[in-house]
Amino acid sequence: MTRPDCVTRPRRRSPLDLRAALAICLSLAATGVGAAELNLYTTREPGLIRPLLDAYTAKSGTKVNTVFVEKGLAERVAAEGSRSQADILMTVDIGNLIEIVDKGLSQPVRSTILEAAVPAQLRDLDGHWYALSMRARVLYAAKDAPVETATYESLADPNWKGKICIRSGQHPYNTALVAAFLTRHGPEKTETWLKGLKANLARKAAGGDRDVARDIAADLCDIGVGNSYYVGLMKSGRGGPEQQKWADAIKVVMPAFEGGGTHVNISGAVVAKSAPNRDEAVKLLEYLVSDEAQVVYAKTDYEYPVKAGATIDPLLASLGKLTIDTTPLVEIARNRKAASLLADKVGFDN
Amino acid sequence: MGVVAGRTAAILLAAGLLAPVLSLAVTAAQGNGENWPHLFAYVLPQAVWDTVLLLTGVGVVVVAVGVGTAWLVTAFDFPGRRWLDAALILPLAIPTYVVAYAYLDLLHPLGPIQGGLRTLLGVTRPRDLAFPELRSLPGCMLLLGLVLYPYVYLPTRALFLMQARSMIEAARTLGAPPARVFFRVVVPIARPAIALGASLALMEALNDVGAAEFLGVRTLTVQVYATWVNRSDLPGAAQIALAMLTGVIALLALERAGRAMRGHAGSGQRSPPMSRTRLQGGKAFGAMALGWLPVLFGFALPAGYLAEAAIRRVLASGLPPTLGREIAQTMLFAGGATLVTAVLGVFIAANPGRWLSRIAGIGYALPGTILAIGLMPPLALIDSASAHLLEATIGATAGLFGVGTAAALVAAYVIRFLTIATGATEAGFGRIPPSLTDAARMLGSGRIGALVRVQLPLAWPAILSGGLLVFVDCVKELPATLLLRPLNVETLSTHLYGEAARGTYEDGAVAALLIVLVALLPVLLLLRTSGDVARRPMAAIGHDAPDARDVMS
Repeated sequence: MTRPDCVTRPRRRSPLDLRAALAICLSLAATGVGAAELNLYTTREPGLIRPLLDAYTAKSGTKVNTVFVEKGLAERVAAEGSRSQADILMTVDIGNLIEIVDKGLSQPVRSTILEAAVPAQLRDLDGHWYALSMRARVLYAAKDAPVETATYESLADPNWKGKICIRSGQHPYNTALVAAFLTRHGPEKTETWLKGLKANLARKAAGGDRDVARDIAADLCDIGVGNSYYVGLMKSGRGGPEQQKWADAIKVVMPAFEGGGTHVNISGAVVAKSAPNRDEAVKLLEYLVSDEAQVVYAKTDYEYPVKAGATIDPLLASLGKLTIDTTPLVEIARNRKAASLLADKVGFDN
Repeated sequence: MGVVAGRTAAILLAAGLLAPVLSLAVTAAQGNGENWPHLFAYVLPQAVWDTVLLLTGVGVVVVAVGVGTAWLVTAFDFPGRRWLDAALILPLAIPTYVVAYAYLDLLHPLGPIQGGLRTLLGVTRPRDLAFPELRSLPGCMLLLGLVLYPYVYLPTRALFLMQARSMIEAARTLGAPPARVFFRVVVPIARPAIALGASLALMEALNDVGAAEFLGVRTLTVQVYATWVNRSDLPGAAQIALAMLTGVIALLALERAGRAMRGHAGSGQRSPPMSRTRLQGGKAFGAMALGWLPVLFGFALPAGYLAEAAIRRVLASGLPPTLGREIAQTMLFAGGATLVTAVLGVFIAANPGRWLSRIAGIGYALPGTILAIGLMPPLALIDSASAHLLEATIGATAGLFGVGTAAALVAAYVIRFLTIATGATEAGFGRIPPSLTDAARMLGSGRIGALVRVQLPLAWPAILSGGLLVFVDCVKELPATLLLRPLNVETLSTHLYGEAARGTYEDGAVAALLIVLVALLPVLLLLRTSGDVARRPMAAIGHDAPDARDVMS
């Protein structure tokens, strides 16, 4: 009696074939199949950049997988090692970005498109990191507060006693601001300033930047420190009607360092050292700095574009003209630890 | 042979459970200690003080509320007592950080409560209404206390139900006034239950980062994060975390030793239930009011607030489309971890000696993210070992089996919450008269036979209730989930955190409410598992107090 091939063949299969089949299964399980894909690990909540990623997928056919790892991104990628699936690592703070580079988790990327779009002070000269968008650390002030211009230095003036709201001094946004101050003024002056600012606080340094607007709206404080894009996000109504009310209760004052400009931080990205889809990763970064994407950054997230000459969203423009402080971002990142220690030293969060 | 296999398995399990702590120790050893002068000079005085105050405050609140309500529902009868009895467990279903968000909204000067008060008092400016600030140490104490008291309520209530009658009635017969009976008899009897409930509540409070950070309280755990995240000093952070862990273990051992010396071990006999004093009129009303207050503040207000925000959101723009998948993933991870912990819990409880069960308690004493950070290097070792093995044997290049996979997440949940399952099972086994097990073995069943035929069927409700508590904790878990989950995977809690991170609170409310609902299911099941409801959850968290279980059995 003869059997059809398909029945008999498996019996003749050597152990080698089985192993090959297993190998195929394993590698499929590990990498996934089908169209081009790329994997994005981010400390930035991916919902914020989802529209950009979706637009990219529609345009290129490349699917972008994401995972939002707020703390411990570098540790996770380091633990995953050479078999990591990560292609792009994205952060929202220059300190976190440089930390990834310092830990050797990035690889240099040379791209004429990236180099043309991103100004030299917003990228690594060896191509290890690129800024994708910017946010300014600005002042929120009560609508009727008699303040039109301000310096960061003046936040320590005693006339603000009991009138300032701010989030924790150990939050990366504030750490970067203090690190910028430190770079400009040195440790003694920064310590005095931090003490003065601490003495002026209306409440504990806690909550988030939006809570600053809310507390101003509630008349708990007159001015406060917050990131520029929150104003747009609150005004947009995406966080509900309450947040619109908070935003309506404040005006934005664009502060500057004495003899300098406004402190900005960035969202940025690196291509992971062992990126399995390196070329795809570079293409996505190139897309993110294109005119089309830079406009979306401003429209959906109210961030400043990094690309010179890109259109600024009207809402952002209404916050006032942004003159970027020239303190190099790498210096700010380098002073991060010292800034964090100083905040402890003056008991900023106590 | 079976003994050898069991031993080997126990040692392997212990190694797995200790792996995160050992890897943290390796990390800590890479630091040079330069951190400590700074910490001693500027950080620890404040952080230790704040932590001690916070834990003291939370301890006072959970003990006062937990013991008070347990006494109320076991010693008295009044209208709605049975409902109250069940409702007092509800705060277990809400994660503390969600409660913190909800209360900040509710109690903010722009929120409904202060707004209402201003209208009532005719005050126009928020600044003119001196309302206490929630973002403070006392605020954080009260908030955590009101959410964590069920940890004390459950074991204490069970103990009152089962053991207290004879002594209390003796005291009453001797003419002691009720207050005296309560403080001189009831509280000392309940000490083991109070101690174990409070130790769990305090570990939750100590390891909490979300609520504490949000409310501006600088605990030691918050300092661990600042050291790690803001100064890129993981070794320094690991050093603080391990120092804290040592402190926690020492305190627990001290408490155990103190209790052993006092020896409130009880008779081991189960006494008939206490007769409840029927309250009438004003007294009944007072009891109801007192009893329902913690439910109101620990559950109804924050959950009601979430429900209102969620409904508004759903009416405005429908349900978030990813929600179904997130519910499924949440339940899958939590369910998987619950199964594994239940099996391991049985194994540990059946293992002779208590060393393994002590080791199983370590995961609960570490903050979630720190545990996850400690877990990653061992997982990475497994990854590279298995990759080498695969390459050597079949020549395949392998992906990751450990870091960033569902397995890693489940492992983290298991290590973190194993102690709950272990405690439940041990308590369940402890209630089985040894004569039964002995008889089974004399009739020819081996250890495993006795386990399967006698112990498991009898301890089943306790194992189930422990599993339900583990499930609730897994559903609520955030920090380890955030760090370890695979690409494209969101659970309800990471969804909520994402929404909070981008400030779309109202979208987050839907997910938050779903966490509460998903966690509520097992809590309700817990209530239904039997008539004497709380004996089981009590048992579930009775892991660290053998004498407490003796009293309760």
